[in-house]
Parts: sequence; structure tokens; C-alpha cells
Amino acid sequence: MNAATSRNLTIAFFVLLTFGALAPMAFGSARFPQWLEVVIGGLMSGVLYALVAIGLVLIFKASGVFNFAQGAMVLFAALTLVRVMEKLPFALALVVTLAAMVALAWLVERLVLRPLVNQEPIVLFMATLGVAYFIDGFGQLVWGSDIYTLDIGMPKEPKILLEGTFEGGILVSTEDVIAAVMAGLLVAVLALFFQKTGTGRALRAVADDHQAAQSIGIPLNRIWVIVWSVAGLVALVSGVIWGSKLGVQFSLQLIALKALPVVILGGFTSMPGAIIGGLIIGLGEKVSEVYLGPYLGGGIENWFAYVLALIFLLFRPEGLFGERHIDRV
Amino acid sequence: MIYREAGQFKTTYASDQQLFPILQDRVFVIGFLVFAFGVMPFIGTEYLFRAILVPFLILSLAALGLNILVGYCGQVSLGTGGFMAIGAYAAYNLAVRVPDLNLIVIFLLAGACSTVVGALFGIPSLRIKGFYLAVATLAAQFFIDWMFARIKWFTHDSPSGNVSAPPLQVFGFPIESPEAKYLFVLAFVCVFALVARNLARGAIGRAWMATRDMDVAAEVIGIRPMAAKLSAFAVSSFFVGVAGALWAFVYLGSWEPLAFDVNRSFQLLFMIIIGGLGSILGSFLGAAFIVVLPLVLNQVPGWLGVHMSTATVSHVEAMVFGALIVFFLIVEPRGLARLWAIGKEKLRLWPFPH
Repeated sequence: MNAATSRNLTIAFFVLLTFGALAPMAFGSARFPQWLEVVIGGLMSGVLYALVAIGLVLIFKASGVFNFAQGAMVLFAALTLVRVMEKLPFALALVVTLAAMVALAWLVERLVLRPLVNQEPIVLFMATLGVAYFIDGFGQLVWGSDIYTLDIGMPKEPKILLEGTFEGGILVSTEDVIAAVMAGLLVAVLALFFQKTGTGRALRAVADDHQAAQSIGIPLNRIWVIVWSVAGLVALVSGVIWGSKLGVQFSLQLIALKALPVVILGGFTSMPGAIIGGLIIGLGEKVSEVYLGPYLGGGIENWFAYVLALIFLLFRPEGLFGERHIDRV
Repeated sequence: MIYREAGQFKTTYASDQQLFPILQDRVFVIGFLVFAFGVMPFIGTEYLFRAILVPFLILSLAALGLNILVGYCGQVSLGTGGFMAIGAYAAYNLAVRVPDLNLIVIFLLAGACSTVVGALFGIPSLRIKGFYLAVATLAAQFFIDWMFARIKWFTHDSPSGNVSAPPLQVFGFPIESPEAKYLFVLAFVCVFALVARNLARGAIGRAWMATRDMDVAAEVIGIRPMAAKLSAFAVSSFFVGVAGALWAFVYLGSWEPLAFDVNRSFQLLFMIIIGGLGSILGSFLGAAFIVVLPLVLNQVPGWLGVHMSTATVSHVEAMVFGALIVFFLIVEPRGLARLWAIGKEKLRLWPFPH
């Protein structure tokens, strides 16, 4: 399949997706405002998936490690924050948690990545699974395994928009909007960090080519600590948002599984890919659950994202924005 | 000294190509089998059979299947639990809907169902590689989980997919006692291990390994990637499906889709990584390690005389488990089978320096 066909198929896929999202409206099975609510809700949860996905992409780009522990890091960050907040004010607790995440990154680099340098990617992946088990156990051992509510003062009551245009208006959860804004801010800060600072440039160099970066004097080990710390920061933000939405509990780490189809759809090596992939997955998931779910018996949210990503990969094996991969013998 | 093959001349092709070309290996394997079949049923306790040997054997069969796919053909799969579920529910449906079918036939047909589904979900591997494929196989896992929880036909309308196996018997012999279960599973595992070993060292196995090492190069020298990859998915799913049926019927007795969730897939992947990728022996060693480790970890606080609550124990267990996984990967990334191979090398010379 050459590049042109591939591009055309991508376009076709998007057209299909748009039709899929619009179809319920055209067939009149739903009122327009209700459909709009579903779409907005889908995009909002897509932003949150994208956040976790960005953590995965960061680490994959800089160290070639598929970090399965990202979900566990989200849970650990949220748990630490909640329990520290019992003693300290929010801002201080945030600093303490961030320090904990940096310490975690340092430990992971020292104890796991450094001894395993130059191993097969699958071995490193397995190691992060081990890390995920460890962090899960450790976090719950230290902080307890109850369900905690994380209240950082986000308004809970939904807002009604466009009341003049539609009868009844559109119900939008304020929480989701704030979360999306926070996520957008984080992405902007990350983008600035990567583009404008020396460290950011070093990170990009490492992501492009490990050996070349090392040969011009970029210390790989320190870069890995930084990247895992940034991933920890992203985990903290996702933990705060998800935690205040769902409560801080063990199931929080399962959102890592939600982020996986996002990264393969967007491409393992692309941050914009993670964001757009997140939006597509979030939208597809919600629309399919609401409009397709009743016909299939419900609960299709769990696998729909994966099947969507799978079908998409058949046309673009490296995802939307992933690096094209040329095999040489 | 102990493991010396000097003087064992191969004078025919048959002796050169036999399963275990070295006399010591043959003696050891035959001795081990005689022990497993002849002595173990008489000296084992019920706890040993029920909690250790039966799950160990069944999971090593599943690990063997996964190792064919991941270790020999290099296609990472995270959908193993789903394929086990296919085997389990196919066996259940066959047992319930087709009366008087022989149990062995049921298990083999269940494996066949899993083969079909496995080959179907293997199709993306022709385009997708590496971690993209690994994540894509999760689609199989989640879809299959959902299918058995929601589609009532597969589970005979039982709520939440919870079903029970009918009483087990083969050729009129009931398989109820722990010893009978153990022997039944052992026979299955032995036959399948033999099949796997022979597949792996034959033409098809070499095609898998060439695909694993570099698929483009393999294609250049005339190996059909489609045939190699899909056959690996099919054979692997067959093994895994039979293992799933055994797990459900012989070990669990009654089960729900949760028994085959994504954690099972990870557990099996742990087994083959810790045991050794691309090694039959490794599948068994890895399975033994993963089955025994939690049991040991559970006992340790008792031995040390420390009292901990169940929650604490489970958290410490997770921590130790994770740390041990990382430790093993650092010490020997090529698995326990590699340690065994190093040991054999050492024994060849021991006690002489060279």
C-alpha cells in the first residue's frame, strides 16, 4: 500500500467516524442537543485519556520503554496527594507529592532502567509491569486501600449552555470543563518546556537518537530521571482530575488500559497523536456506548476503543502520527 | 564429568535427529516421567495436587502455547486470557449441548474453536508489529471478556456468565479424586509438550524463528510471513484453548469470565519471560515459579511469626512479586531456562577446570 492510498484510507476513516458520530442525529434517533451532550462528554473524557497517554508517550520517546506502570503512578500520585492533604494545605501537599514522584523516577532509573540498559523492549516492558505491581502494593501499604474522596474545590453542579438556542439547553459538567482546561494548560506547559528550554532540547535529542545524543554529551541517565519525573507530574495531574471525578481508589490504575488504544491510534512517538487519539477514542467510546450499546447489550465501552484502534492500524500500522518505520535487511 | 557426552557417537541420521540426542538427557527425562506418572500419585498429598501440581501443569500448558507465539514467532500477545476463555466456554457448550461426547474430544474441539478465533485475531499481525500488535491483541482480550459476560447463548442464559462444568469422566473412569485429575492433566501436558517440541524443531518451527529474528529477511529467503505468523497464532491458540478448557473443567469446576481476564494474560506473559522465551523447558520453569511464589509469600509472615492483616499481606505480596520480577529480569533476562543451560555447561566440565 503506498502513501497515497494510506492517506486516502485515513481520510475515509475520519469521514466514516464523523458519519458514525452524526448518524444518530440524521436518523432522528436522538434530539440534537442530546447528541451534542454526548459528543461533548466524549471529547472531555478523551482529554483525560490523552493525559495518561501523554505520560506513556513521553517515556516511550525518551527511553524506548513502554511504561505499563503509568496507571500505577497515577494511583500512587493521587493516593499520596490525598493522604498528605489530610495534614498539609493543598499547595504544600502538591509539592510533597511532586517530590515523591521525582524520588520514584530516580529510584526507577537507578534500580530498574540502568541495570536493564540495552535489553530487548519486551524485557523492559515486563520490568515496568513489575514496577506497576510494586508501586500498587507500596502505595496501598503506606497510604491504605480505602476509597478516598479528593476535593480540590471543583464545582460539581453541571452548567446548562445555549438555553436560548435549544429547548432545555445542553447539560455540560463543569468539572469536565475545568479538567479539560487543566489538561490543556499542562500540554501547553510541556510544549513550552520541550521547545524553549535547554533540557527540553536535550530531551528531544534523546528521543530522536539515543546514541547521537550521548555522543554529543547529553547524559542519558539524567535525561531518563527527568523524563520519568515529567511523566510523574503528568500522572499527578491525571490523578488529581480522575481522583476528584471518581474518587481515589484502586480501579484508578485501570485507566492505563484506557490509554493504550489512544497511544497506538495516535502513534507511540507523538504527543499531538496522543491528544488527537484521545479525542477520537473518547468520542467514539461515548457515541458508540450511547447509540450502539443498547443494540449490543451494553458495556461495549471496554472493547470498542481497542477495536477502533485495531481497525485503524490495519490502514496505518504506525498510528496517526507515529514514525514511519522502514525495514532494512 | 557428570554431564559428559564424549563417546556418544551418532552413527545414524535417526540417532542424530532424535528428541534428546544426549544420553543423560534421555535418562533424566524418562526417570522424571516415571516418577511423575508412577510415584507421584502415591506420595502426593491432596493439597499438593489441588493447589500446586494441577494449576502448575495447566498453566504450563498455556505458557507453552504462548511461548510458541511470543518466544518462537516473536509476536507479542496480551490476549491469552481471552483465548483460554474461548477454550473454556467452547468446552462448556460442547459438554452441555452435545451429550455423550468423550471428554478428550471435547477438549480438542474446544482447542479447535480457540484456534479459529486466534487465527482471526492474528490477521492484524501481518500489518502491525511490536507493541502496536501487543496492544491490538488486547482488543481480543476485552472483546472476548465482554462476549461471554453479555451474550447469553454462550453461557446458557446464566447470569454474569457464571457456569459449572458437568461431572468429568473419561472412558467410564470418573475424574474426581485429586490423583485422577493430576494424572489426566499430566497426560495432556506430556503429549502437548512433545508436539510443541517437535513442531519447534521442524520446518515450521524454523520458519517461526526466522520470522521472529527478522521478518523482512525471512521473507527474502522464501518464508511466507502470512503462513508463518498465522500458523503460530493458530497453534498457540490451540494449546491455550485446551489449557483454558482444562483450567475451567479440571481446576475451577465452575467459573465466570473474570477467571480469564487481562491479569491472566499478564500472568502467562510473566511465566514465559521469567522461564525463558523460546524454550519448552522455560515454560514449565516459569509456570512453576509463578504458581509457587504466591503460596510461599503467603506463608512467610507465619514462619517469621509476624501478624499481618490480609490486606497488608496482599499488598506486601504484590510488592515482593513486582520486585522479584524486576530482580529476575536484571539477573537473567533470558530466563530460568538459560540458568539451567549454564548449569549444564558447568556440569560438563565439573570438577575439572577445562
